[in-house]
Amino acid sequence: MSGQPVARYQAQFEQFATNGASADPAWLRDLRHTAIARFGAVGFPTTREERWRFTNVDAITKAEFAPSVRVAVDAGATAALAFGDPTSRLVAVFVNGRFQPAAASLAGLPSGVTVGSLTDAFTTHGDLIRERLGKHADLEASPFTALNAAFIHDGAFVHVPRDVELAAPLQLVFLAKADRAVVSHPRTLVIAERGARMSIVETYAGPDGVAYWTNAVTEVVVGENAAVDAYRVQREGDGAYHTATSQSYQGRNSVYASNAFAFGSALSRHDIGAVLDGEGAEATLNGLSVLDGRQHVDHHTTIDHAKPHCNSWELFNGIYDDRSRGVFTGRIIVRPGAQKTDSKQTNNNLLLTEHARADSQPQLEIYADDVRCTHGATLGPIDPKAMFYLRSRGLDPDRARALLTYGFGAEILNAVAIDDLRDQLDGLIHGNLESRG
Amino acid sequence: MLDITNLHASVEGTEILHGVDLTIKPGEVHAIMGPNGSGKSTLAQVIAGHPSYEVTAGSIVFEGSDVLELAAEARAQAGLFMAFQYPVEIRGITNAYFLRAAVNSVRKAQGLEELDTIDFLDVLEKKLAAIGWEDSFLNRPVNEGFSGGEKKRNEILQMAVLEPKLAVLDETDSGLDIDAVKAVAEAVTKLRSPERSILIVTHYQRILNYLTPDHVHVLADGKIVRSGGKELALKLEELGYDWLRDEAVAIS
Repeated sequence: MSGQPVARYQAQFEQFATNGASADPAWLRDLRHTAIARFGAVGFPTTREERWRFTNVDAITKAEFAPSVRVAVDAGATAALAFGDPTSRLVAVFVNGRFQPAAASLAGLPSGVTVGSLTDAFTTHGDLIRERLGKHADLEASPFTALNAAFIHDGAFVHVPRDVELAAPLQLVFLAKADRAVVSHPRTLVIAERGARMSIVETYAGPDGVAYWTNAVTEVVVGENAAVDAYRVQREGDGAYHTATSQSYQGRNSVYASNAFAFGSALSRHDIGAVLDGEGAEATLNGLSVLDGRQHVDHHTTIDHAKPHCNSWELFNGIYDDRSRGVFTGRIIVRPGAQKTDSKQTNNNLLLTEHARADSQPQLEIYADDVRCTHGATLGPIDPKAMFYLRSRGLDPDRARALLTYGFGAEILNAVAIDDLRDQLDGLIHGNLESRG
Repeated sequence: MLDITNLHASVEGTEILHGVDLTIKPGEVHAIMGPNGSGKSTLAQVIAGHPSYEVTAGSIVFEGSDVLELAAEARAQAGLFMAFQYPVEIRGITNAYFLRAAVNSVRKAQGLEELDTIDFLDVLEKKLAAIGWEDSFLNRPVNEGFSGGEKKRNEILQMAVLEPKLAVLDETDSGLDIDAVKAVAEAVTKLRSPERSILIVTHYQRILNYLTPDHVHVLADGKIVRSGGKELALKLEELGYDWLRDEAVAIS
């Protein structure tokens, strides 16, 4: 299992643990040690494992990634990635996983709300971070989650206190600054306390033409009666590798929505998990992939209905051109006693060429009897019936095809509640679709 | 307006239409009636230019030009419209967006300036007012989750906005309750004009109570076997299609 590739990161860990991270609290050092031990024990995944059947990460395993370094940028570096009025928007910038105070725009934060470096927040929110960090994104769920935890350093911390509402969306921009094969491990912890309300947008971006690797983990805690509307825009460079876990944990009567957009990187794997651990909680997991060339994206989702009377909706669409490939796994667990669960899952895949490919697998594990769980998947080229319908209304075949293709994206876009973000994403989708003629 | 002569059409090698002749003049409303399997919907699809149907003989001349060589979009741009029996759901595209794309495709082909969102909404509101409908489904994805009645109403809304010279209504009344049939027929009646012709394809007479035809034709086994005025529809309602079939057998 281990061997050369794993030893590389174990060596990087030794270096990191003795130099950069030796002054951190004992509990964090323990977490990192547990994590690197876990990674050492399991190593990189292979397609022989069920969870990785459709996604071959050999390119990551075999490449020799060096640790990324701290790079300073100013606000201009991320101006094109953020949206909204530059004088009032809320933006925190992280370069190679490290907070960049000079590039932030956080003057409009309500009092009591904390946004900034995770390790800086140890002094103000130490107990809270200790209670939550690494408690939701399970080290055993993915070797990449374990590897991220081993290298927790700096990162992003967001805390919205009880009953506080963030009026403007909070934008976390994760920028990779790389001119060679380096890896960064961005780590984010978001805590919305009881009754808090917020929208949060994570954007991951980096240079084209460089085989860098981003290995991100985000944990989101949604307290009782809290509401978090979360967006994630993966627009990494065309040579990048992107592995990530987003794990949410919800209390009673909370509402959480996750919208994952994947446009960039050569290879990306995003594990999205939602635990509904309080009665009356509602989760929405939406996703859209727009790929071309030889891009590969894998969305591996798990919705865990741990308590009764919870609802979940899941809608993932993919548009795959050229030789690109999409993978979707929708695992839904209904725990014993989680009666009156209502869960709906849909995955639609549009294949624009005969070489594009999509794999879709629902996995329903239902241990309660009074539940409603439905799932459905579609896969294939543009529907000829729809083509004729549009042509019979005067649209030429190119325009009809473009409209039907765009519709796969618009279906997810229409659920985006932030106008400026929807416009930005609309531009990205149109840009991607038009660039391929 | 429309001249169909000796039209033979096949689907997957099986001939469905065995020589249809039909002439429609500007402003006229014609009804084609017939039992299931008579070829009614095939005739509508062939007029609209569905690529699955092959015309093996005959001609369709619309406004003086042969349209058989034209693709469906070119026929639409020339002023032909078909209201679908089974309107298609288009994911993610709102009705308003779709209608504007359709109108602008037609305008572009006719050398007219395309309408921007605001100008188009003006046009749309006027059309809705003219047929007496609300705009409740304009911001919903095209036909998605629509009831049967809503889908058919949406076809008529498209007809109102596209202002065709000839509208073919393919079983627009099927699957609708009587109130919905009445609402759809009354809206179509408001769209009648001396320059616009309408061809209603239907199994049942009831839509013709609200949308009075000038001519009624009976299609059976891929041919028009009888033509007459609106009283022919009432006779069919009373006696059924067997009456014609029995008569055909008696003659032969």
